[in-house]
Amino acid sequence: MTNNEKLVHLFSEALTIAPELVVDSLQYNTIPQWDSTAHMVLIAQLEAEFEIMLDTDDIIDMSSVAKAREILARYDIEF
Amino acid sequence: MIEIDFDAIYSQSKEQKNATLLAQFNQLTEFHYQHCQLYKNIIDTLGLAPTNGCLELVPFLSTQLFKELELVSVPKSQIIKTLTSSGTTSAKVAKIYLDADTAKLQAKSLVKIMQCFSGKQRLPMLFMEPSNLIADRRGFSARGAGVQGFALLGRDHHYALNPDMSINWQQLEQFFTKYQGQKVLIFGFTFMIWQYFYQAVSASGKTLPPLDAIVFHGGGWKKLAHLAVGKTQFNQAMQQLFGKAKVHNFYGMVEQTGSIFVECEHGHLHAPNCADIILRSEQDLSVINDFGQQGIIQVLSALPHSYPGHSILTEDLGRILGEDTCSCGRKGRYFEVLGRIKKSENRGCSDTYQEVSHD
Ligand SMILES: [Zn+2]
Repeated sequence: MTNNEKLVHLFSEALTIAPELVVDSLQYNTIPQWDSTAHMVLIAQLEAEFEIMLDTDDIIDMSSVAKAREILARYDIEF
Repeated sequence: MIEIDFDAIYSQSKEQKNATLLAQFNQLTEFHYQHCQLYKNIIDTLGLAPTNGCLELVPFLSTQLFKELELVSVPKSQIIKTLTSSGTTSAKVAKIYLDADTAKLQAKSLVKIMQCFSGKQRLPMLFMEPSNLIADRRGFSARGAGVQGFALLGRDHHYALNPDMSINWQQLEQFFTKYQGQKVLIFGFTFMIWQYFYQAVSASGKTLPPLDAIVFHGGGWKKLAHLAVGKTQFNQAMQQLFGKAKVHNFYGMVEQTGSIFVECEHGHLHAPNCADIILRSEQDLSVINDFGQQGIIQVLSALPHSYPGHSILTEDLGRILGEDTCSCGRKGRYFEVLGRIKKSENRGCSDTYQEVSHD
């Protein structure tokens, strides 16, 4: 799996939505499935999969799929 | 939307803070006055002005109003979360309407304040709560919201209790063993930590490996009053439970989630830059300026944008201990909470087990 495929898979799992719905423009708190509870699940899974530990600022700022990719890139995850 | 600098949470001394907050509060009061008809009606009926010359003149609402009225200042379509806090004696529930901006501001503020005490690193975290607390995702009790907000501070979250409030020994032993001797975060409501955790662990006769814990607890002491448990006894119990424990009480309310008041190393509750407290007389609600004198606590928070909760008269009594002079070095007012005003129902930020279980 490429990092991008992993990302889509993790979003889809944590938010319990179809992988097709995981698009760059998808934003936090705009669908019921991506609420604060799902967000913490997502964070835990991203951290486990990519073996990183995110900063709290980054957790709060991870407000879209595009933003998630941008933040992960700062942790040397290449997309 | 108010711009808030979260870089130095306790940096502003009196004059600078007053000037910053006054500008923010006039802006907020004007915003809510323009965007919340009910709020405008209240202000107009009381003959108050939305723009004022000092913080003490900023209009305040009683917590009761959030139970009686739907106070919201943005279109309902923008509300993403509604926080509720129920009382013990009345069926009335306070409803706090959050839009995405306010929710984010609250999350950020909470984290930045708590990090002043727990450090930047996200530590392993144990909640004195059942793991099903946050399972209901549509509506949130104050307790659920508390757990949600604090969860951001930590990692590898464990929950110490079962849904029936008995100890989840499997989770507990796992956490204590995994992080033996290490720095961890413990979060819970004062009453629950005592009743469901401390007493149950003591009664079990089991001993747990020692941790190096930072304990955050809040929600008030009232429910422990009948056991005559105070701060000293509570803090001693935490040392006993965790081996090493730095204990920080916090004071906050569901109407002003995010801008909480945390106890420093010297046992004083501190107002961060984005919040303040004013004391008012129990007789006529006039401002009490003298430090050390008891009064009703009014809380101010620059965070509420989607609902007019920026200035609130609580049902708590307290006294201001000083301003800018605490030996911990934090600027701003510091104070202590002395209990509830008489006649007020037993409503805390921590609705208890009985209350949530009947939700
Ligand atoms: Zn202090």
